[in-house]
Amino acid sequence: MIKTTDAVGERPRGRRWLAAAAGLALGLTAALPAQAEDTIKVGILHSLSGTMAISETTLKDVVLMLIDEQNKKGGLLGKKLEAVVVDPASNWPLFAEKARELISKDKVAVVFGCWTSVSRKSVLPVFKELNSLLFYPVQYEGEESERNVIYTGAAPNQQAIPAVDYLAGPEGGNVKRWVLEGTDYVYPRTTNKILEAYLKDVLKVKPEDIMINYTPFGFSDWQTEVAAIKKFGSAGKKTAVVSTINGDANVPFYKELGNQGIKATDIPVVAFSVGEEELAGLDTKPLVGHLAAWNYFESIKTPANEAFIKAWHEFIKNPKRTTNDPMEAHYIGFNMWVKAVEKVKSTDPDKVIEALPGTKAPNLTGGVSELLPNHHITKPVYIGEIRPDGQFDVVWKTKSLVPGAAWSPHLPGSKDLEADWVKLKCGNYNKVTQKCGGA
Amino acid sequence: MRLTRACLIALLIAFGIALGGAGVHAASLEEALAHFTSDDFSETAAGIGEVAASGSPRAEKIIRALQDGQLMFSAERKAVYLKDDSGNLVDAASGQPLAGPAPDDVDTVRLNNRLRGVIDGALGGLTLLSPDAGARFDAAQAVFKSRQVSALPTLEAALAKERDPRVKRALAEAHAAITLLGDDAPDQAKIAAVEVVRDRGDQDALALLASLPVATSAPVLKAAAAAISAIQNRLALWNAVQNAWYGMSLGSVLLLAAIGLAITFGVMGVINMAHGEMVMLGAYSTFAVQEVIRAYNPQLFDYSLVIAIPLAFAVSGLVGILIERCIIRFLYGRPLETLLATWGLSLILQQAVRSTFGAHNSDVGSPSWMSGAFELGGITITYNRLWIICFALVVFIALLAILRFTRFGLEMRAVTQNRPMAASMGIRTSRVDALTFGLGSGIAGMAGVALSQIDNVSPNLGQGYIIDSFMVVVFGGVGNLWGTLVGSFVLGIANKFLEPYAGAVLGKIAILVLIILFIQKRPRGMFALRGRAVEA
Repeated sequence: MIKTTDAVGERPRGRRWLAAAAGLALGLTAALPAQAEDTIKVGILHSLSGTMAISETTLKDVVLMLIDEQNKKGGLLGKKLEAVVVDPASNWPLFAEKARELISKDKVAVVFGCWTSVSRKSVLPVFKELNSLLFYPVQYEGEESERNVIYTGAAPNQQAIPAVDYLAGPEGGNVKRWVLEGTDYVYPRTTNKILEAYLKDVLKVKPEDIMINYTPFGFSDWQTEVAAIKKFGSAGKKTAVVSTINGDANVPFYKELGNQGIKATDIPVVAFSVGEEELAGLDTKPLVGHLAAWNYFESIKTPANEAFIKAWHEFIKNPKRTTNDPMEAHYIGFNMWVKAVEKVKSTDPDKVIEALPGTKAPNLTGGVSELLPNHHITKPVYIGEIRPDGQFDVVWKTKSLVPGAAWSPHLPGSKDLEADWVKLKCGNYNKVTQKCGGA
Repeated sequence: MRLTRACLIALLIAFGIALGGAGVHAASLEEALAHFTSDDFSETAAGIGEVAASGSPRAEKIIRALQDGQLMFSAERKAVYLKDDSGNLVDAASGQPLAGPAPDDVDTVRLNNRLRGVIDGALGGLTLLSPDAGARFDAAQAVFKSRQVSALPTLEAALAKERDPRVKRALAEAHAAITLLGDDAPDQAKIAAVEVVRDRGDQDALALLASLPVATSAPVLKAAAAAISAIQNRLALWNAVQNAWYGMSLGSVLLLAAIGLAITFGVMGVINMAHGEMVMLGAYSTFAVQEVIRAYNPQLFDYSLVIAIPLAFAVSGLVGILIERCIIRFLYGRPLETLLATWGLSLILQQAVRSTFGAHNSDVGSPSWMSGAFELGGITITYNRLWIICFALVVFIALLAILRFTRFGLEMRAVTQNRPMAASMGIRTSRVDALTFGLGSGIAGMAGVALSQIDNVSPNLGQGYIIDSFMVVVFGGVGNLWGTLVGSFVLGIANKFLEPYAGAVLGKIAILVLIILFIQKRPRGMFALRGRAVEA
């Protein structure tokens, strides 16, 4: 922006000639990607087809919107941003292939992408090898900190543990018995391992008061599981379900709870993967009163959030589309990247990665999130109750922003580990052996 | 700090209610309503208690409005309003319409789960003397769950004049629950209460008996322990019945998904990987029907499924015929190519639906006659599962009848048994092939209508059923409809009996291992075809 006005305003002699030549060249080679030199490319690596399309398409759109807004403000470092969208089609190996394509062929400066942990794990080696930068916007199981990845979603201590604290407290009903119900893959398994350790060690819950159960992906016949939960809940102590059930399997689960007459007042369910997007256009009757823990809800009234929702509706040209937590994560991440790039006046990943820790960017709920040396960010935690219109009523929130912890102190394998990319330059520094490189 | 405050407030509420229950007006309605203006959950809880205790005739109306999200407040004016059906504000205390313009900051009084429990209890106390027996029954159940001591005097009054035996029992159970959890009742009364609760015999009763206060005397505890084991024995028996029911329900879903495949794969021998997508198309037809009904004629909503069934059959059937005419007929006798072609087709269909309807789950609602459940002995039977079992059996019988008694069925059997002979008899075999494939696909579409009630309607709907469908058809015996029926129910019931012990993931693996072993022993499934048809 600044550069262009300069050129228009003064137009030194030498440059005029150059500009004319450039104009001529542009005219002659209009068919070629002539803008290549004048733009900063931003890669978007979200599935647009396959099972994950339901969640990831929205994230692609939100990054496009952020790029659009940034360009309206005049771009970055005087250049326009250009989005490069690829479709890894919910296919984990294809994520790695497409990431390689984005970095080596399209030469993108940064990538916003991935949803599932498997897809993140599959692109990790590519980002390390080609030394690029990935912003990962989804709540995940933690136990990771990489130099080339910025985690803008919640770590377990920013979602799961506050949710359990809420339920164990007087407002949540003094829950004494816990069902940890999850889909059988890495995120629920790791989260539940952390939660189980937390319940036993910190909240002093007896082992017989914890029930852990896993179901396959896309599970739809919940009769037995719900009957088991009902039975488990009839031991005379207040019972709650902590659900890490993924995506599609949730709706039949809540339907079955409703059908078997389990109300949120009897056995509340707190979910970590159910957001506005998943509830949009669903029959929410059986879900009302159940809980979700997130760092953002569309219903939170702040000027920043209202402006974001308005911009989103205008961009997507549909006033019914919802906003959700991972979208906010991309919003924060994108702004942090922009600030870091402006600070070092370069999009070189090494310089940007160096500049990122300590960068602050406002979140949509009225606070300012900061990127920590462990490449996670500070976030507020909210507990919301599902309303009949598919939105959430915030019933509880943390007093201040919670810093994301890469390594859980509740797991034996990770309690000595520390991630610090500023002083230690290490993602898994062992405080006991004082060595970088894990346990 | 927060905790002690909450405790204090809770104590105060208990006091307020106790006093109110005894007939003393603890606080006027206006004072009680003031609690709702601070937008604080503990204050709201206090407000509910005081409104219930105020003895005002408007108390029930106000609390019901709160429950329905129709109670509004203005923090600025310190006023509480009810929103009536037309959306106008009415002053909560007086019932007079609001004079002048509404304040700017009107907002709904927010609730959380703890408050909903408090509301249920308060409403229970208020409606125990309602003239409607159903309302009295619900109130008694609510009091049984909330165990509010304050409801005791009303409960005793209600118990004394109750005539309806069902309500009387519910009232007695609620009375017993309060007696057991209170401190002042004599042991004799408590032991009698244990018996009342034991006779109730369900999981709520179990929960109550397991949570007796620490101060309970030894004889009562002994009686409670005996009652608990009696209830547990009874529930264990019902547990087996329940597993069998769940198994039947899963079996009916498998049957619905597989029965179309039993035609296309079992009878025609086409490995149709796009079978699941036919189910999905059926589900989306239901969605389309419901969208039209919602837009033009909402009263018809309860009939939406009945309308959707023939439509789904037609849509999936036509697509099936199209697939047969355009692709499959060139691939007869080449199973590998058919498998790959239909697999590709399934991806195309999925993405086509994704592009048309979006990747989101589509909202297919349940008509009122398919929602809810009823208790049968110790098990809960949900209406949607019950209807699906009935539907699956009806579809199965109808299909058998078509094959057996219609001309088309006869031609179809003739073609599959001996194609050259049927052709020489003047049957147009290619037409029969197309229609048979259309029939199988159409039935899959009808299955989609049923599955839309229990599963997500998304482009991936079919994928979840394709493996199970093949499993059922192969296990039951290729080419035999009865095999499909028995196979689906055997697999469903076996799965549901394994699941409580092995978990859903291991249970499924165990079933697959069992099928592999079974196929080793009987490669042609449970009901193998014999004779000439096998070679054809």
